Amino acid sequence: MQSPAGSTPDPVRTVALKRVTIVGEAVLEKRLVALVRDAGAKGFTRLACSGEGSRGVRASDWEGANVKLETLVSAEVANVILATLARDYFEHFAVVAYVDEVHVVRGDKYV
Amino acid sequence: MDSLDLVRLNLASPMVLGFVLGIVATLLKSELKLPEALHSGLSSYLLLAIGLKGGGELAKAPLDELSGPLLATLAIGVTSPIWCFAALRTFGKLGVVDAAAIAAHYGSVSVVTFTACGTFLDGAQVGYEGFMSALVAFLEVPAIVVAILLARRASTSAAPWGETLREVLGGKSNLLLCGGVAIGALAGPSLEQVKPFFVDPFKGVLTLFLIDMGALAARRLSDLRAAGGFLAGFALVMPLVNGAIGAMLGEFAGLSLGGTTIFATMVASASYIAAPVAVRIALPEANPALYLTSSLAITFPFNLTVGIPVYHAIARWLHA
Repeated sequence: MQSPAGSTPDPVRTVALKRVTIVGEAVLEKRLVALVRDAGAKGFTRLACSGEGSRGVRASDWEGANVKLETLVSAEVANVILATLARDYFEHFAVVAYVDEVHVVRGDKYV
Repeated sequence: MDSLDLVRLNLASPMVLGFVLGIVATLLKSELKLPEALHSGLSSYLLLAIGLKGGGELAKAPLDELSGPLLATLAIGVTSPIWCFAALRTFGKLGVVDAAAIAAHYGSVSVVTFTACGTFLDGAQVGYEGFMSALVAFLEVPAIVVAILLARRASTSAAPWGETLREVLGGKSNLLLCGGVAIGALAGPSLEQVKPFFVDPFKGVLTLFLIDMGALAARRLSDLRAAGGFLAGFALVMPLVNGAIGAMLGEFAGLSLGGTTIFATMVASASYIAAPVAVRIALPEANPALYLTSSLAITFPFNLTVGIPVYHAIARWLHA
């Protein structure tokens, strides 16, 4: 909504959260979604994507190349996600994960 | 028609030429790749169409004509991964998990190679049993399960059995093939309704799909070095061995000349749709560069161009 001329809108309240981004081979899609949900994330965004890295080879062109999941979570949940990824997937699969700090509007929804 | 004519006939089919176009385009660094969603959609179409056709014919075939080929299919599906595994371990000195992963691919079947064999026989005007497409559905899964069993003792990271079986049986390709067979068998004569979509455009779709497969296979060629000389040799010799065994078994099971050719081709082919996905999940430590390069970049083009006419020649010799 346009603010009335001459006045600035009130500052929007945001909440500091972690954004966990996981990029992994597409055959893992169902498993990664389950991992994120089981860790306690309330939701996620999923994208099909492609790229290159140290492993290169994908098991299946039929399942697609890579999948990217983004989820907004608390620091604790982010840690659970990363620890589980490290335990179950880093050794044998092409998976990249990173966390950054974001300021989320209506952030209470995600914790 | 002599054997050389048959090779020429095979190489000059639109499907094989399409495949070559895909390879050439990739070698010229041209972006011929179909969008991912279309590739996946076309494979779904082909798998379902094959299943429907097989199911329709399965319902019509008398049981005594069917039982021999069906038993032969199951027998070869269970045993061929074992000798592939043994060959890879003995002659190639591969590790247990990698050998089993490759054996899963060579024991399973390539649906596209099977289909190309059917169009080759159509071109050569050799008839074959319509229920062969249903047998493909029965050949796809057993070898993958047997090979994973072989690897599990040695694997440190194998997925739990329940998950593995779900992956193999519930995989898209198996569901579409077996689902197609079931629909075809149940629908019987009313399959006529979907014929304009699933039968008439089939070879056109196959040609388009093979252009894409050519591009995919050629891109794998860069992994050849990782696969190594032994595996390149294996990927050429194993299909011939399996094809000869398949031809003998098909003949023994009472198939016609065309049916024997198709059966030999099925046994000689290596999976690159169902097996890689199942193996990636079930045996994560197996190296995909080994099993995919050998099945997709070497065996598949070999069978498509040279293998099929050779298996036909073997079948003719046995049949005479």
